[in-house]
Amino acid sequence: MDILITGLLLGGTYALIAVGLNLQYGMARIMNLANGELLVIGGFAAFWFQTTQALSPLLTVFLVAPLAFALNWLIYTVLLRPLVRRAKSRGQLEVDAILTTFGLSFVAVGLMIALFGGDYFSYSHLARPVRILGDTYALNRLVAFLAAVVICGALHLWLNHSRPGMSIRAIAVAPESARLVGIDVPKLAALAFALGGAVTASGGTLISMFLTLDASTGVMFTLKALIIVIMGGVADIRGTIVAALLLGILETFVATLIDPGLTLAAAYLLFVLILLLRPQGLFRRSQT
Amino acid sequence: MSAAETRNVLVALVLLALATALPFAGSSYWLAKGISVAMFTVLATSWALFSGPTHYISLATAAFFGLGTYTTGLGIDHLPYWALLPLAGVLGAVLAALVGLATLRLSGVYFVIFTLGLAELVRQIITWIQNETGQRGLYVLTDTTEAGIYWQLVGLASLVYVGGWLIARSRLGFALRIIGDDEEVARHSGINTARAKILLFMVPGAVAAITGAILAPRYVYIEPSLAFTPMLSFQVVIMALLGGPGRLWGPLVGVIPFTFLWDAISETVPTQATLLLGLCFLLIVFLLPRGFVGLLEALHARAASREGLA
Amino acid sequence: MTAGAAVLTVRGATKRFGGLTAVDDLDFAVVEHEVLGLIGPNGSGKSTTLNLISGALKPSAGEISLRGRSITRLPAQQIARQGVSRTFQLVRLLPSMTVLENVKAGAVFGHRRRWGAEADAHALRMLETVGMSRQAGARIGQLTYIDTKRVELARVLASEPEVLLLDEWLAGLNPTELTEGIRLIRALRDEGRTIILVEHVMDAIRSLCDACVVMSSGRKIAEGRPDEVLSDPEVIRAYLGDDDA
Repeated sequence: MDILITGLLLGGTYALIAVGLNLQYGMARIMNLANGELLVIGGFAAFWFQTTQALSPLLTVFLVAPLAFALNWLIYTVLLRPLVRRAKSRGQLEVDAILTTFGLSFVAVGLMIALFGGDYFSYSHLARPVRILGDTYALNRLVAFLAAVVICGALHLWLNHSRPGMSIRAIAVAPESARLVGIDVPKLAALAFALGGAVTASGGTLISMFLTLDASTGVMFTLKALIIVIMGGVADIRGTIVAALLLGILETFVATLIDPGLTLAAAYLLFVLILLLRPQGLFRRSQT
Repeated sequence: MSAAETRNVLVALVLLALATALPFAGSSYWLAKGISVAMFTVLATSWALFSGPTHYISLATAAFFGLGTYTTGLGIDHLPYWALLPLAGVLGAVLAALVGLATLRLSGVYFVIFTLGLAELVRQIITWIQNETGQRGLYVLTDTTEAGIYWQLVGLASLVYVGGWLIARSRLGFALRIIGDDEEVARHSGINTARAKILLFMVPGAVAAITGAILAPRYVYIEPSLAFTPMLSFQVVIMALLGGPGRLWGPLVGVIPFTFLWDAISETVPTQATLLLGLCFLLIVFLLPRGFVGLLEALHARAASREGLA
Repeated sequence: MTAGAAVLTVRGATKRFGGLTAVDDLDFAVVEHEVLGLIGPNGSGKSTTLNLISGALKPSAGEISLRGRSITRLPAQQIARQGVSRTFQLVRLLPSMTVLENVKAGAVFGHRRRWGAEADAHALRMLETVGMSRQAGARIGQLTYIDTKRVELARVLASEPEVLLLDEWLAGLNPTELTEGIRLIRALRDEGRTIILVEHVMDAIRSLCDACVVMSSGRKIAEGRPDEVLSDPEVIRAYLGDDDA
């Protein structure tokens, strides 16, 4: 039982990170492999504000989100939009985007190591035990989970009920038709990319409350987020959340019952199953 | 054989003779550099055999390499050395086939993601097995010399070049070019696209594993984090793309300058190596989309058309 | 009607996309050495039918067989090897290759497989058939629109298919090119090839087809000789009742 809840709590934060990636891949059509580095930067900001300014990570989120939004908007318009323009096919854009975001991820890691060193960083915040259903959990995990639920919920409402939100969903489903009904696709793709970045960075701030990060851990989170996105279905927010919770639970199972060093193997197990059985995602109908 | 082909073969033979002669120069510094260059030539060229025509970016090199290293590490006490290299090749090809079966029926993105974590996955599993069995690292003690390792790599490189030349002239090579251009057309022309991709992906898998097996004695002591260093995969991608994966000799053009640049950076400011790698990726996408070879060909074409006008 | 052997038979073919039934319980057969026209208003399911036959899509129900052998569940590459070859509605060529290499793709991997000099010679003969042998060494980017269509046709012919599927091959041609195009397909018919033609150009249907199947909203509404079906009241209603008529 406590494995289930710990897994669920971890999965909640994973959901936030993967939803961010899915906004970028599903909606803006950029496979962002620097996503994990963004998360680490979000975590790093929380660490810095907590240790030097005694600012709670829950407040840092409000600083990190707009900054990450601006940074990602800039990355999209300066680096990625030219690639979108010059791409002759979806495949070519995919290769270019993969190489560019890999480049960015290495640049980010390189800069972080140069500026702050390659050490692990962690801080203690809300590290008090709480009791749920007879078992004890760390309060920070619970708070991070609740914050993730709030952000995901707000995002869900925005995507389904606001005009820009619905337009973003439209460009995910049918970019050509969206253009015909007067939706400014390039602008909204930039918006989706920036928003996705903000969501992931916020996820990083939250996850740093209970996980230890270092400059080079980003790629592992990118990988997990990618697996979650594929499992949940590209551009499918609900599927992403369910997949993230599943991965969180499975990972906690493997870490507790077999070996904490095998969490990636757990993720790959899910990945292979999905690839072999439902490559279109958990909830997506089979399409051709 | 046409005149151009004869000339190419002669140039290749002269280069091979020069490469083979390197250990006789007696400089251990240059021999070490030679080993790096030969190793990356083998890895990047075989990488480009698959990724050049298909545009599928494989990040699995480190996984195959590590597998080969462990083949030597675990097998050296039980099997004769000469049997380990083919064994590593077979294991690498099998691993590649498994990865291919899971991902190559689908779009390229799945393949990239799967290969991205593959080295780390194998590393985790080996570490876990070692923890369970109470084993730590492995000692590989052989009487192989640096020159011996170097010659084996040069020999492997020659095999890769001959193999690449043969594949380019085979049905498989032709099928892969069609797949790279338009997979839908390939299928409707009667090509079993998944099988063709999986078959060709087994080549870099086998070659990288053999490379790892050859280099294992050089490490003396093998442990998972050393054998499965993910950076290797990225270095190989960079070198191949920097040189130009469209031609058989393209990767070599990237390997030589990058190996020296990388070594220079790692020796002086090791923390900046990652940054360099990142900048190279951006450089390739924005300035050298077809590598040095593409740049040379474009310059050549421009010069030719200018002559035509004059 | 001609009494020949049916080469390709479609029985009860159905394709559903979610709630939409694009092809609904369709039956027809193509007789050897005949040209069958698959016609109907836009969105009536013609292209989907062609995609079902070529294996680009899998039918939700029904059977498709080639000379009595089922090809219903086969992947596209095996259907191609069994001898069903197609062109695409939007021409698809291999941009990094020469014209000759494009055609060779069909000769090397298709129904009858060739390799080496034999494949080159065969591909060149196919280019002659479509009148493009002089551009064998050209790049795809240098071709005019009709020439790209010719190269695609040559690629399909090079595989020596039992059945040829042409998906709106005449669409988008200007009047001169159209006359030329119709002449080319007629020449193929005269060689005795079996062809299924999805087409909008009425002149072409009248002058080329031995038989026609008319589709509307996924179903077959008429079948027979072109002059017969085109004067059928239901067919006229289907066309005129549709905005695209």
